[in-house]
Amino acid sequence: MGSQLRVYRQKIRSAQTTKKITRAMELISASRIQKAQARVAASAPYSRAITRAVSAVATYSNIAHVLTTEPAKIERAAVVVFASDRGLAGAFSSNVLRESEQLAKLLREQGKEVVFFLVGRKANAFFAFRRQAAERVWAGGTDLPEFETAKQIGEAVLEVFLRDAKDGGVDEIHVVFNRFVNMVNQVPEVIRLLPLEVVEGVEAPGDAEIMPLYEFEPEAEAVLDALLPVYIESRIFNAMLQSAASEHASRQRAMKSASDNADTLIRDFTRLSNNARQSEITQQISEIVGGADALSSAK
Amino acid sequence: MASPLLQVSVVAADREVWSGSANMVVAKTTEGEIGILPGHQPMLAILASGEVRVTLADGSKIVANAEGGFLSVEHNTVQVVASAAELVS
Repeated sequence: MGSQLRVYRQKIRSAQTTKKITRAMELISASRIQKAQARVAASAPYSRAITRAVSAVATYSNIAHVLTTEPAKIERAAVVVFASDRGLAGAFSSNVLRESEQLAKLLREQGKEVVFFLVGRKANAFFAFRRQAAERVWAGGTDLPEFETAKQIGEAVLEVFLRDAKDGGVDEIHVVFNRFVNMVNQVPEVIRLLPLEVVEGVEAPGDAEIMPLYEFEPEAEAVLDALLPVYIESRIFNAMLQSAASEHASRQRAMKSASDNADTLIRDFTRLSNNARQSEITQQISEIVGGADALSSAK
Repeated sequence: MASPLLQVSVVAADREVWSGSANMVVAKTTEGEIGILPGHQPMLAILASGEVRVTLADGSKIVANAEGGFLSVEHNTVQVVASAAELVS
């Protein structure tokens, strides 16, 4: 009987310790989410300015640029996956990974080879377990992305894109990340980054607003040459920031429900242990009464 | 139509560094230094890394370091966009 009680107390203590951890993680995420959201908002002027400039060049010059022209035949496609470094964030990583698996399957059905660029330790672990080699991996710092990393990713991606298909270059680049919609809703999203579709897929300027006729310095081609890589970097950086905000939001939610579950467990086990204690006492009393009866009747 | 002042914003990848109205903007493009006054025609220029000087309405100056970016001018709105930018003074 006493052993039963001890087991319950042990379980209560274990649930309490778990709850302390999950509660702490919940609070940490809750405090970081604000900052992550603020960073998404703070990077908005930059991406807006670049998008605007790129569409201005694209609309007012008929330049066929390497980055915007559709190749005749696509042999190989690259997929950039933005997952997290750490787990305990609910379905955050698995959502993105599932989405990228589906995308890879689709691309393979179209007869394309798929090359992966992975961001975050979880993505790396997932693909390593499935024995799918990744071209490059960036790990660490998914919860606090830096522009430097976005720049590296952009350069790496551009490098393979500009390489010839015969030398292992790719003709198409997709990005998979969690878009931060609001605190309770984050959707995995797939975007084709390259070749660029500048005209569609980006926020168009308002109808009333007509793009002015720009003067370019130096020539339009040179401007486009310089702008497009920057545009790609900014898109990647934006994906990283959104992904970080989503990670915090989804971790906060997961940890909140974990803490709630721990609460329920603690309550249930407390009930059970009270029950066990009571029945132990009852048994002891009946043993004493039984013993006293036996003694008095033996006289 | 020219409003007497330029609306200037200096934007870095992760934040807006400075914004406000000004009389003149001087920036260094890949072709050389360029000064922009109100009423300038729409333009897109690639910036060489270097400083961008903004002269405010009261004559005081703001200097920012911009690295690897571009400058766009339209309707008296000037945007200096750089992957890394910071205010010097």
